[in-house]
Amino acid sequence: MSATDPTPAGQVPDAAGHFGRFGGRFVPEALVAALDELDAAYRKAMSDESFLAEFDALLRDYAGTPSLLYRAERFSAKIGARVLLKREDLNHTGAHKVRNVLGQALLTRRMGKRRVIAETGAGQHGVATATAAALFDLECVVYMGEVDTQRQALNVARMRMLGATVVPVTTGSRTLKDAMNEAMRDWVANVDDTHYLIGTAAGPHPFPEMVRDFVRGIGDEARAQCLDLTGALPDAVAACVGGGSNALGIFHAFVPDAGVRLYGFEAGGEGVETGRHAASITGGTSGVLHGTRTYVLQNADGQTIESHSISAGLDYPGVGPEHAWLHDSGRATYLPVTDAEAMAAFELLCRTEGIIPAIESSHALAGALKIAPALAAELGREPVIVVNLSGRGDKDVHTAGEYFGILDREQ
Amino acid sequence: MSRIGVAFDKARADGRAVLVGCMPAGFPTVEGSIAAMKAMVEAGVDVIELEIPYSDPVMDGPVIQRASDIALAGGVRTADALRIVEAVAATGAPVVTMTYWNPIEQYGVDAFARDLASAGGTGLITPDLIPEEADEWLAASDAHGLDRTFLVAPSSTDARLRMTVEHCRGFVYATAIMGVTGARSRTSDAAPVLVARVREATDLPVGVGLGVGTGAQAGTVAGYADGVIVGSALIRCLLDAPDEAGGLTALRALSAELAEGVRTPRP
Ligand SMILES: Cc1ncc(COP(=O)(O)O)c(C=O)c1O
Repeated sequence: MSATDPTPAGQVPDAAGHFGRFGGRFVPEALVAALDELDAAYRKAMSDESFLAEFDALLRDYAGTPSLLYRAERFSAKIGARVLLKREDLNHTGAHKVRNVLGQALLTRRMGKRRVIAETGAGQHGVATATAAALFDLECVVYMGEVDTQRQALNVARMRMLGATVVPVTTGSRTLKDAMNEAMRDWVANVDDTHYLIGTAAGPHPFPEMVRDFVRGIGDEARAQCLDLTGALPDAVAACVGGGSNALGIFHAFVPDAGVRLYGFEAGGEGVETGRHAASITGGTSGVLHGTRTYVLQNADGQTIESHSISAGLDYPGVGPEHAWLHDSGRATYLPVTDAEAMAAFELLCRTEGIIPAIESSHALAGALKIAPALAAELGREPVIVVNLSGRGDKDVHTAGEYFGILDREQ
Repeated sequence: MSRIGVAFDKARADGRAVLVGCMPAGFPTVEGSIAAMKAMVEAGVDVIELEIPYSDPVMDGPVIQRASDIALAGGVRTADALRIVEAVAATGAPVVTMTYWNPIEQYGVDAFARDLASAGGTGLITPDLIPEEADEWLAASDAHGLDRTFLVAPSSTDARLRMTVEHCRGFVYATAIMGVTGARSRTSDAAPVLVARVREATDLPVGVGLGVGTGAQAGTVAGYADGVIVGSALIRCLLDAPDEAGGLTALRALSAELAEGVRTPRP
């Protein structure tokens, strides 16, 4: 399929959640009933005016959306492109994740479940889940790799303040993938009263499709805002890709717009060639992980390889199946951004715009910087690039402070 | 009929259940796992379930996770697992493999079926593959004459349960407990109900897994199921032992206790 084909969004996924050869359900039989129940509840909700009205009201009155689309003039001048920032960092809880969480929390209540569990990497999804659990009066358990609980100690404290139980996961690489394994194990055992609130557009059907639908407001808003602001669609849309929710959220509305280039930036860590990275599409191969078929970092025997990224939220050896499919179809382009490139963009945004971005989102900023010259050459003018600023950098202050060597020595 | 089917028939004729013992390939080492499985067979385990270790075993509890991690850290590969199948099958006990789907997909589904069959394996248990996603495996297992064991669970609807057992060959695996593997102090009340539901849908033998750790529990399960599947409790014999010889002694003792248990079905 080429980029000029009419929108593929209507045809995929199929009823069983396949995006071309990707997606589907690779799960223990014990979970199938719960996935079917979730699928039915989600489809019913999406055609139920009262659900949609309640979701919209929560997004507006509680989460603070629509988020702004901001012309970052000083940043733009530095990179030779007109950059419009989709300010998801200004949402309540500080990232795009709140949109997905509010949607799934509403569904949890509709399904009559009283407990939610979640995996988290950076802690943003965990914080968002703990927030929604407090708001909806649900019991909340968050699984977090032990390594990440140390990297993101501030978010651990936030989750606990909100009443959630944070369980440090000490198996495997002690990061996001292992947190996801533990959450799955919890879910298998407690599926009767528990909803597994997956934090990204990955996992077994219907999660990839459902999460995308809950975050697609990002792109719907950005598309209208860009038309308002510039009178035209952008030349390119850029987002970072961990599991892929913020990227799909902003891509989805633009998929039918053949003239809008879609760029997903994966965590290149120390460089894809070093093997120490989290770029599943660029540096991985097709396989099955966490209930779905997608691109995976794995060895020849299908054992998952540990990912590496300075950004906890991108440190995952898989990616949502819709991205795998958008990659294969050629509709979106995926490129790696190294830790160093991301941190340079992080610093640049701080200094030019007075905005401290999440390190995840800094990968998208660095990506915009990377593609700007070629785009400008191709178009013969400055390109307009919408960048999804998926989250704020408060949680990353310690990591960034260490990276830049600007912390005063602790006593 | 497959070799597994013969084992179930023979046990049924003797008025007892089949004892299925699980061990991860390459735990604690490739040679060590062969020795362990031979010891299990000598002590009365009827069928060996060889688990090919996987880095992200979401159906498994801490014991199997630890053993799998040890095996993987030791560098065990899928090809080694097939070698182990061959060595253990030489004892005459049927060897069925069990693994998560990704290692099979990466080996090549048809190539795996071909090599498993030529190593003398009887079939494959697929904990994270449901029949809807299994087209390639259905074709490969047919082509190479292998058994297919899909799982059924207490949460399976009647329609799914019927569909699933229709795709099984050899035996059906009933996950008696909603939860991960691991020995438990009580066996599940849901298990007999689930087994009865399976029996309404098929004449295939039904194995019950997840949670059995003692001879008495094995006897209880043998009272309603055709096969008693034991994993974590056997593996723990090796994990907890001070040395390899001690591990094998404990493994033999527990295998014998369980073998006695499946011969003493409790109604
Ligand atoms: C701010 C931010 N952006 C992006 C991500 C990556 O997730 P996804 O690819 O699902 O958007 C995270 C994950 O924690 C995040 O916190």
